Amino acid sequence: MTSFTPVSASLGGALIGLSAVLLMVFNGRIAGIAGIAGGVLRPAAGDTAWRIAFMAGLVVGVLIWRGFAPSPVVLHFDVSWLHLVLGGVLVGFGSRLGNGCTSGHGVCGLARLSPRSIAATFVFVAVAVATVFVTRHLLGQGS
Amino acid sequence: MATLVALISGILFGLGLAVSAMIDPAKVIGFLDVAGAWDPSLAFVLAAAVGVTAVGYALLKKRDKPVLESKFRIPSRRDIDAPLLIGAAVFGVGWGLVGLCPGPAIAGLAVGLRESVVFAAAMVAGMALYRFTPFGK
Repeated sequence: MTSFTPVSASLGGALIGLSAVLLMVFNGRIAGIAGIAGGVLRPAAGDTAWRIAFMAGLVVGVLIWRGFAPSPVVLHFDVSWLHLVLGGVLVGFGSRLGNGCTSGHGVCGLARLSPRSIAATFVFVAVAVATVFVTRHLLGQGS
Repeated sequence: MATLVALISGILFGLGLAVSAMIDPAKVIGFLDVAGAWDPSLAFVLAAAVGVTAVGYALLKKRDKPVLESKFRIPSRRDIDAPLLIGAAVFGVGWGLVGLCPGPAIAGLAVGLRESVVFAAAMVAGMALYRFTPFGK
């Protein structure tokens, strides 16, 4: 159970937006994590370093925040290892098949009103809500 | 130079995920659990991110190329096909099962939990698996 944090949520969202704008202004790229990570698995000449740098930046950003944050940065996992592996495989496979995830479709795609991204975002949010309802309310998993 | 910009962009993105606490699976599940103790925070993250990005992208319409590269690489397809919808649905199941999507999965590695490593490894395996399908060629 988590509490509603509209201010930090909006500030964090604005930082994500700045990240997406920066990557487009200078590099002409969509800040879609699934696409950026997936591209490393099919390396093309001169197209890998920036992808690795972006992903390293994700980790560095969290480490920087850890150094300044007023409260500790904590992650709560409440599912089994099997659950984790299954979820990871589905997220990796699905985001590549569907050409994007919450950042590529959700943030960048919605910002440019792409019909494909609007459809994908609607589907993955609806399916994720249904999945949480089934696993946590009907099957009683998690806490 | 483009690599440095990518690093800075990644840092801003990671900071955004950390500040908004979206790297915490419980925070994401709190949003998706509309029948439980619903936490609307994720909607505020998304709205702010989309708002800033939309303004930035709109200002870019005047430019014919990015500062460091020869062209903008923006998806041009507008058709809604089966792989898009099936992929989004498969992604949604995984997202709902654990509460992690690719950004937080990678950024969360910074905290150093075994769960994060297992999820990220499984996610990379899922991405690799996609390449063996007819769509991944």
